[in-house]
Amino acid sequence: MSDTNLAPPRFRSAIEEPRPARWVLIAIVVLGLGVLLFAPLIAVFAEALSKGWGAAVASLGNRDARAAIRLTLTIAAISVPLNAAFGIAAAWFITKFDFRGKAFLITLIDLPFSVSPVVAGLCIVLMFGANSVLGGWLVASGYPIVFALPGIVLATVFVTFPFVARELIPIMIEQGRAEEEAALTLGASGARTFLTVTLPNIRWALLYGVLLCNARAMGEFGAVAVVSGKIRGQTASIPITIEMLYNEYLSVAAFSLAALLAMLGLVTLLLKTVLELRHADQIAATYHR
Amino acid sequence: MGRPLIHRSPMPGLGLSMGITLTMLSLVVLLPIGALLLKGASFGIGNIWDTVNRPRVWAALYLSFRLSLFAALFNLVFGVILAWVLVRYRFPGRRILDAAVDLPFALPTAVAGIALTALYAPNGAFGSLAKELGLKIAYTQWGIFIALIFVGLPFVTRTVQPVVEEIEREVEEVSATLGASRLYTIVRVIVPMLTPAALTGFALSLARAVGEYGSVIFIAGNIPLRTEIAPLLIVIQLEEFNYDAASAIGIAMLLISFAMLLAINLIQVWSRRRIGYV
Repeated sequence: MSDTNLAPPRFRSAIEEPRPARWVLIAIVVLGLGVLLFAPLIAVFAEALSKGWGAAVASLGNRDARAAIRLTLTIAAISVPLNAAFGIAAAWFITKFDFRGKAFLITLIDLPFSVSPVVAGLCIVLMFGANSVLGGWLVASGYPIVFALPGIVLATVFVTFPFVARELIPIMIEQGRAEEEAALTLGASGARTFLTVTLPNIRWALLYGVLLCNARAMGEFGAVAVVSGKIRGQTASIPITIEMLYNEYLSVAAFSLAALLAMLGLVTLLLKTVLELRHADQIAATYHR
Repeated sequence: MGRPLIHRSPMPGLGLSMGITLTMLSLVVLLPIGALLLKGASFGIGNIWDTVNRPRVWAALYLSFRLSLFAALFNLVFGVILAWVLVRYRFPGRRILDAAVDLPFALPTAVAGIALTALYAPNGAFGSLAKELGLKIAYTQWGIFIALIFVGLPFVTRTVQPVVEEIEREVEEVSATLGASRLYTIVRVIVPMLTPAALTGFALSLARAVGEYGSVIFIAGNIPLRTEIAPLLIVIQLEEFNYDAASAIGIAMLLISFAMLLAINLIQVWSRRRIGYV
């Protein structure tokens, strides 16, 4: 309750909405988020547990489900570090040097956000698929990209491309170059300057970006659906397996895997909120997608 | 060419960071997009047009854009109210609501898709309610509309929220002192301040909705000409190994995405010039 409520009712604050208006707006927001966000979340767990705990847990132990979980963990384990490495390099390049075309480079890095995941998958199929020159040669040499793990990782890195860089660039601009310059003047090597000066300054922003990147990497559906070929037990990640199970009317199995991803989402939100509360000054104020 | 391409700098790691940045950007993003454009060029503009200029493709593109626009408009209004309530009002559960706004970013689209379908299907919790009212939501355009609202929900709120936080109360006090009613102050003073950020969020929400696939296909019903979205058409063409047609539709969507990206940038430039921050 705001402190103006303590004032006698006759002196209504001139810079606040009247009480009934506030109640109506709060009601709209609570009802809207309840229907739009909380209801679907509850539905996932309700459907997963509709035949009891036993059925839900048993469906997760299924061979295809286990393969899907393993694949999704593998995808995240490869694509998230790649993305973090790219994000750090890009942020360093963009914030520590002055060059022409910087704004254009940032636009290019943001580009994947504006491209439909399905189109992203299509691009990778055209570039590395067996029909293309490069893809044909790779398949002939025994390294297929599309319908295999490398293609899925590429598609995942594509859709998560800007996540880490976007978090690091604003915070590194804000922090400037003075601390690094001081370290260099004192004789520290480039690597040492980065590890002992820059990295501690950007660690929370980096963690924040990695967290969001990981959630998207584990949950990506559209781009992976196009490049994976949906081979059961081999290239079907958790989201793809959810789709296959759902289309086979195996509702409990589909929703149990969905509940697993929903829990990942909730943990992500929780950690993200903690980071925002604890380290607000060390995370960029940009809101991201 | 007066200005050097890259200014000399005492900072280390120029080669390394530039190398990693440009290599990954090229390999992961630029070359694949280039492959799509190359495919389009070899397929020919005439053929692309013939592929796109079919009732089923037009219907899908029109459906995707119309419903994305409606969903983004809904999110524009609801998102601004949400941002206002979260920043200005104090009520129990506010923090939880604030954190929950990002749920659509954290919840995978396939999960959202099947959850929304379970809710709005005729035997679902909301679907059965709607059925009693004579409405069908899942497997109709209403279902697509709801899924697109879900995926675009956070954008407007998250762009508007920081701006609401930075509004100086003095401005509102001046307006009130000069005799403006609260409603007049909101309409003439506060709304103009929020407009640029709200428009940015609107454009982001729209762009996201147009390309959305995972959360829509489960609830859409996917009936050609009626509930078939543009990204699904690409997937269907790919499953038939019809790469030319898939590329043609993909290029059409890519061009539209580029146009939107340009619009977002122009809005940001305009708003920065107008109020100094986005």
